[in-house]
Amino acid sequence: MATITSPAPEASRASAERALTGGKLDLTGRAFTLALQLSLLISILILGVLVWDVVDTGSSVLAERLGDFLTGTMKSQADTSGLAQGIRGTFWIGVFTVVLAFPIGISAAIYLEEYATHGRLTRFIDLNIRNLAGVPSIVYGIVGLTIFVKAMQSLTGPESNGQSVVSAGLTLAILVLPIVIITAAEAIRAVPQGLREAGYGVGATRWEVIRHHVLPYAAPGILTGTVLALARALGEAAPLIMVGAASGFLTGGTSYELGSLQDRFTALPQIIATWAGRPVGEWESVTYAAIAVLLVIVLIANAAAILLRNRFEKRRA
Amino acid sequence: MTDLSASPAPLSLGDLSGDPRRLRTEAVMRALLFGAALTSILISALIVGSLAKEAWTFASQVEWATLWTDGWFPRRGLYDVKTIFVGSALVAGVAMLTAVPLGLGAAIYLSEYARPGVRKVLKPALEILAGIPSVVLGYFALTWLAPEVVARLREDASGASLAAAGFGVGILTIPLIASVSEDAMRAVPHALREASAGLGARKITTTLRVVLPAAVSGLVAAVIIAVSRAIGETMVVFIAGGGTGGSLFTLDPLDKGTTMTAAIASQASGTDQVVGEALTFQSLFFVAAVLFLITLGLNMIASRVVRSVRQAY
Amino acid sequence: MAPTTDTREATTVDTAATPATAEALSSGGAVFDISDLAVFYGDFRAVRDVNLQVRRNEITAFIGPSGCGKTTVLRTLNRMNDLIDTARVEGLVRYHGVDLYDPAVNPVEVRRRIGMVFQKPNPFPKSIYDNVAYGPRIAGTKKGLDDVVEKALRGAGLWDEVKSRLKSSGLSLSGGQQQRLCIARAIATDPEVLLMDEPCSALDPIATARIEDLMQEIKDQYTIVIVTHNMQQAARVSDRTAFFTAEVNDESDTRTGVLVEFDLTDKMFSNPSDERTENYVTGRFG
Repeated sequence: MATITSPAPEASRASAERALTGGKLDLTGRAFTLALQLSLLISILILGVLVWDVVDTGSSVLAERLGDFLTGTMKSQADTSGLAQGIRGTFWIGVFTVVLAFPIGISAAIYLEEYATHGRLTRFIDLNIRNLAGVPSIVYGIVGLTIFVKAMQSLTGPESNGQSVVSAGLTLAILVLPIVIITAAEAIRAVPQGLREAGYGVGATRWEVIRHHVLPYAAPGILTGTVLALARALGEAAPLIMVGAASGFLTGGTSYELGSLQDRFTALPQIIATWAGRPVGEWESVTYAAIAVLLVIVLIANAAAILLRNRFEKRRA
Repeated sequence: MTDLSASPAPLSLGDLSGDPRRLRTEAVMRALLFGAALTSILISALIVGSLAKEAWTFASQVEWATLWTDGWFPRRGLYDVKTIFVGSALVAGVAMLTAVPLGLGAAIYLSEYARPGVRKVLKPALEILAGIPSVVLGYFALTWLAPEVVARLREDASGASLAAAGFGVGILTIPLIASVSEDAMRAVPHALREASAGLGARKITTTLRVVLPAAVSGLVAAVIIAVSRAIGETMVVFIAGGGTGGSLFTLDPLDKGTTMTAAIASQASGTDQVVGEALTFQSLFFVAAVLFLITLGLNMIASRVVRSVRQAY
Repeated sequence: MAPTTDTREATTVDTAATPATAEALSSGGAVFDISDLAVFYGDFRAVRDVNLQVRRNEITAFIGPSGCGKTTVLRTLNRMNDLIDTARVEGLVRYHGVDLYDPAVNPVEVRRRIGMVFQKPNPFPKSIYDNVAYGPRIAGTKKGLDDVVEKALRGAGLWDEVKSRLKSSGLSLSGGQQQRLCIARAIATDPEVLLMDEPCSALDPIATARIEDLMQEIKDQYTIVIVTHNMQQAARVSDRTAFFTAEVNDESDTRTGVLVEFDLTDKMFSNPSDERTENYVTGRFG
């Protein structure tokens, strides 16, 4: 190998060394990085404070009388009130969401991704769905009030002026429908085209390709989206207020029979909203206990969705 | 020499047209799925239908004088809309002041600086924040943010105010801004960061002068969507905003107040029927119609912003 | 070895048996001196035993089949490998005698003096003017940018084509023009060295020819190191050539790059010392 016979002159080496190693402390760079880390930290810290508050304040109630709390009904005294009616209402709302929003939403997504041509109607539907996803929940509440509570009273609850868990379930189902459609559509879009082509290649019809190949592959992603939508539906309070969830006294509202669906009702978020309006001193621990129960439900759903999504992404990668 | 006349039985059109039963299934499925897709249009129609009639009734029958009064007191027939507009604006403003620096900072850190291990832990934490229902945040705002943060800004003992609600809504929107912004930044091709580094740029320089400008449309869309969310948020204001069935006009976020959304909710709660002056009931719909139009407009602007720069790339 | 006079042309004596040794400082001293360099990504050794020098105002080419470490070695010269978390360097890379990987050395400063042009043109989504002005701006230059930009664009042979539309987007240019814009961007900071990683591989033959001409024109002002897949390009354009090949490790099923031979280009292509070099340049493999 060729070698240099004389070394570089010492002077040029020294100047190069000075130039490459000199340099001020990168203060702005460091400050910037610190500021960024701080923003992330503060955000997470707030979450921490919130969770701590919930646990700290609500734990007394949960620890002392968990059974009573979960089976009792709303009363005028904080230390005797319970969540049974709220849990039951939230349960039925969940059922309505799953039974209505999931099939319709996933079907719509399948149509949009697999069948629809890129014409004007499809683009209009697409735009429409995106807009619906951004509509405030209280507007959905008003729709629920006008259509389900008032106009469809004979179906939703002739005895209860339509202010039943049926109305609430229907309202929340249409609230989360756009979200289900959008997330399911994304999951379907992510299915590799080669998989479909393999199906068509052996002579399957479009529906058969979807049913046997596309849907199974997209299932984790679709599931993630639907679980997130369910969590959202269970946590919403504004539509419940509009639809007439009971905020004070409620007799009954604890039954899990189908016959009771048309009666007056309440649900967890509404109970929390009501108790939040009562004097803090007396009601704080009971309200936080109710929040704890709601959070457990919602956070379990969210965690399940995130785990599903991670498995989904890992398989795709 | 092959005998070409001895070919297998010739094909007819019928052989290639397919099994009628499978075809029928296919047609039925297609129709069902199309119907599902059309429900979305049905829902939009329901929304517009629910709002339009009563909102129009209000707008056409209301006395103009009642639209410019000292405050929003619908049960007394005082419909000063600017009170609740300004209320919504103040809450959204405080929310953005909180959420944009924190959300954007977190997004930049996660996208440009964080090691994969760190990212794997902290990103889910942000997503958990996104899953917290607004009632919960509302009560947290009332019992912690209001006394600990807002009350220190002023002598008012409870601290329940538009500002407290604004902070609460801000916290709600941090994950939204963080995730949309992060997506926008990760979409910037790695080659651009390399080119910048190759020219002797420090990381902060590359981030501020190459990555953020390249991602700017996504960032703007994130903020617009967040504002729309903040305006549409009800429960935080309902619980922590300090307003009741009505409130006086104010420009001071530290005052108690109400927003468009909380105004609607207040009307429906407490009593089971909406009572009061004749137009009280319709005022609900008028406000909801305005709210719907505002959030719709913002969302459409956001989509247009994203689409316009996608072409430039 | 005793220094001899300028031996830019291959000499006829003493070159058959041994690799050319007594090379004098011809057009300049060594800008880079690489000794016993090995680069690791985590546990994986990407390239090993690299020994070569890059001389001032020469074009040095790295050639060889894919996956033999040419780009990896190129990127050690401006500390670009730092951008990859798991990258690690063993051995010595000296720039004007200074160890580039000394902890006291600031890579940002290194990259100000050593410009890089990448395989796929990557102009910023900014105007042509802002693309070229970026480097000088972040180095602190505020005044006289117009002149700097013009000089760089002229140097890259792009000025006449874009002088009337400096404000239009860099992305609106054709592929070949974009690459010349990237060259202009790189030379705007007045670097000493230009590293080019297969700069023509994404371009058509006419654009390629233009860039090869450009390299010859600017050789006097810069020291150029170019990685290329195209042997003929190396033969046309470079003064010295380094030939890399990949060794397959059967146990771990990995390939490690290794420098086979480094010499004057003329000699490498007409009378190489190593059989592997000869096989490659005559097209018997690779």
